[in-house]
Amino acid sequence: MTTGLPRRFNGGASRAATMMTHRDTIAARLADVGYVADRDIATALWLMDHLKRPLLLEGEAGVGKTEVAKALAQVHGCELIRLQCYEGLDQNAALYEWNYQRQLLAIKAREASREDAARIEAHIFSEDYLLERPLLAAIRRERAPVLLIDEVDRADEEFEAFLLELLSDFQVTIPELGTIRASTIPRVVLTSNGTRELSDALRRRCLYHYVEFPDIDREARIILTRLPHIHQALAHEIARVVHAIRKEELRKVPGVAETLDWAASLMGLDVKHLGDDPEAVHATLICLLKTQEDRARITAEVVGRLIDFRHEGASQQMEVGGTV
Amino acid sequence: MSAASASIVGIDRSAPVRRIAGFMHMLRDNGFRVGLAETHDASLIVASAAGPSPRRLRESLKALCCSTHSDWDRFDKLFDSYFLGRGVKRVVRMTGASQDNRKCVRRLGESGSPERGSQPDRVESDEGQSAGNPADGRGRRMSASQAEATQVKDLRRIVDPEEVALANALAQRLARSMRARLTRRERARAKGRRLDLRRIIHSSISKGGEPFDLVWRRRKPKPLRLVILLDASGSMELYAPFFIRFMHGVIDAFREAEAFVFHTRLVHIAAALRDRNVTRAVERLSLMAQGIGGGTRIGESLADFNTWHARRVIHSRTCVMIMSDGFDTGAPGVLACEMRRLRMRCKRIVWLNPMIGWHDYEPSARGMREALPYVDLFAPAHNLESLAALEPYLARI
Repeated sequence: MTTGLPRRFNGGASRAATMMTHRDTIAARLADVGYVADRDIATALWLMDHLKRPLLLEGEAGVGKTEVAKALAQVHGCELIRLQCYEGLDQNAALYEWNYQRQLLAIKAREASREDAARIEAHIFSEDYLLERPLLAAIRRERAPVLLIDEVDRADEEFEAFLLELLSDFQVTIPELGTIRASTIPRVVLTSNGTRELSDALRRRCLYHYVEFPDIDREARIILTRLPHIHQALAHEIARVVHAIRKEELRKVPGVAETLDWAASLMGLDVKHLGDDPEAVHATLICLLKTQEDRARITAEVVGRLIDFRHEGASQQMEVGGTV
Repeated sequence: MSAASASIVGIDRSAPVRRIAGFMHMLRDNGFRVGLAETHDASLIVASAAGPSPRRLRESLKALCCSTHSDWDRFDKLFDSYFLGRGVKRVVRMTGASQDNRKCVRRLGESGSPERGSQPDRVESDEGQSAGNPADGRGRRMSASQAEATQVKDLRRIVDPEEVALANALAQRLARSMRARLTRRERARAKGRRLDLRRIIHSSISKGGEPFDLVWRRRKPKPLRLVILLDASGSMELYAPFFIRFMHGVIDAFREAEAFVFHTRLVHIAAALRDRNVTRAVERLSLMAQGIGGGTRIGESLADFNTWHARRVIHSRTCVMIMSDGFDTGAPGVLACEMRRLRMRCKRIVWLNPMIGWHDYEPSARGMREALPYVDLFAPAHNLESLAALEPYLARI
C-alpha cells in the first residue's frame, strides 16, 4: 500500500482504520487457521460481513472452493452447515421435513383417547415433529453459522429461485407452523463448478470471487501447512511439477487435493527429491492423473523431462507441456 | 500504485460517490450486471473506507460487481481505464464473440477448400426434392394451408422478401410449437413412483389417522436441452439465414438451449440469439458467422466444443443437433474421433443435412462418412417441413 492515500474518498481516516483492521484481521486469522489464502479473498470475506451479501465462489473443480467456507467458519469460530446440492434437490431435503413415522405413531397412540381431531393436528404439526434440514438449521442458530451451499449449479432452476428468496428474506414459511424468522443471519458461501449457467438474479445478489489454481509458491505453502513433516525442498519440487502438469492438455486437471495425496504418497515412499527416483514418481502419478488417457499422455519420459528440467534450474516448464 | 492513488484522488475529491456511480454506469455499459443495489453497496464500501488504498478499493469493487468469470477477467482493465485513465474508456460489447481465436487463421490457404466450399451451390437441383417428403416420410402438416407452399419449398429458392418473411415466421412458430408439445406431453404423465407421506398424513387426519387416500409423488420430468451446432461455411451459405431464424425461435422457446456456429472455428452465439429483436440478432450473427472464409473444419470445431463447452452445456437429457452438409476440409480422422467423444457425453445426436433433400444424394463426403456411425438420426433439413418432422423424434427422447 502506498502512503498518504487515506482521507481521499471519504475523509474518515479513523473509519478507514477500522475497515483495515477488520480486513486484515480476517487475513491474519485465515493464516492462523492454516488456510493459505490467495491475494484478495480476505477482502471478499470481509465484504460479506460488511454488506451482508452471500459470496459466490467459482473455479475449476479441485481449486479449493469448499475449503474457503471451512476456513471462514474457523475464522469466526462458528459452526459450518453444509448443503450439498444435487439434481432433484427439493425443499424436503434442503429446508425441513416432518417426522412422519413419529406422526403416525402419535396419531395411533391418541386414537384410543378419542381426542379432538383439531388438537391432534396441532400436536403432530408442532416443533417436536419437525426435522431441521440445513437451510432451516442455518437460520435458527443462536450464533450465526457459515452456511455452505455446495455446487449450487447441480440443483435445478426452481431450487435456485427458492434459494434466492430465502437469501433475501431470511425467513421461511411452513404452512402448518407459520413463519419462522431468522434469529441470526448466517454467512452464506455458494460454490459453483459451472455445469449449468446460474441465473443473473442469483449472481447479482452475491459477491463474486473466482478461485484460481494456486501458483507454485502458494501450492508449496499449502503442502507445507497440510503435511508439516514434509521436506521443504520436496514440497517446492512437487508444486512445480504439478504446476507443469496442469499446463499439459489433460482431460482432468489435478486439483489441490490430488497434489496433497501425491505429496503424502511420495513422503510415504521416503522420496527426498523427485530426481532421485523417477520410477517412483511415475508410479505415484496415479494420485494426480485419474483417466486412462491422461496416464498415457504423461509417460515415463515426460516425467523424466519434467524432473530434469527442474534440476537444470530453469523455470519455464511451460514449454515442456507444448512438446508432448 | 502511487500513480493510481494520485488519479483517484485528483479527479474527484468532492464527490466520490458520484464518481463511483459513474464507474457503475460504465460497468453496466460493458455488460456487467450491476443495479442500484450494487451502486449503493459500492458507495458503502467507499464510505466505510476502502478509499484508503486503491488496491483495496479494487478488490472490494471486484468482488461486488463481478458475477461471472469473464467479468472477473475484464474488471481490472475497466477499473484502470476509469480510475487511472489508462486504455480505452469503453469496451465495445460483443457478447460471445470472444470465445477463442486460437485456431483462427491457422489454416489459410489450405488447398481444396474453395472448390469444395462452393461445389454444393453449383449443383443443379430441380423441383424434385420439395413436396416429396424426405427420407423417412414423417412429414407433419402445419394447419395454415397458405403456408404450405413456403413450407415445402427448398430454402434456397425462397428469395421474394414476402416469402422470406413468411418463412421466417414459420421457422419461429415451428420452434415454439415444438416446445409447447414437448411440455404438454411431459405433464400428461401421471403415474407416481413414491408415496408422498406429507400429503398422506395430512389427508389421514380427517379419517382418524388411517392413511386411506394414497398420494403419489412423481419425478419431475427434466426438460430436453437442445444444443445446436450450425455449419456456416460457404457451402451452407444459402441455408444458414433460415437456420439462424429457426435457432432464434428455438432459443426463445426452449428453456434450455444453446447454439454455436462453426466454419473454420467455433463461435458461441446463444447470447446473441437471445436478443429479442430478430433482425438485429440475425445481423449480429451474420457478422460473427462470416469471419473467415474458405472451408469447414468440422472436426476441429467439434474438438473445441468438446474441450471447452461440452462439460457446461451438455447434461443427461441433451440432444445435440448438428446442421451441416458434412464437407469437412480438416485433417481426416479428427471428425470421427471428436464425434466419438461427443457421443459419450450426450443422449442423442441429430445430424441435419440439407442435401438429403436433393435428388440422388449419397452421403459420400468423407466427413459425412466419418460422422455417420455416431449419429442417431440423419435427417434432411432443406425445407421447413423437414424441420417440423423432427418434432416427434425430439419428443421421444
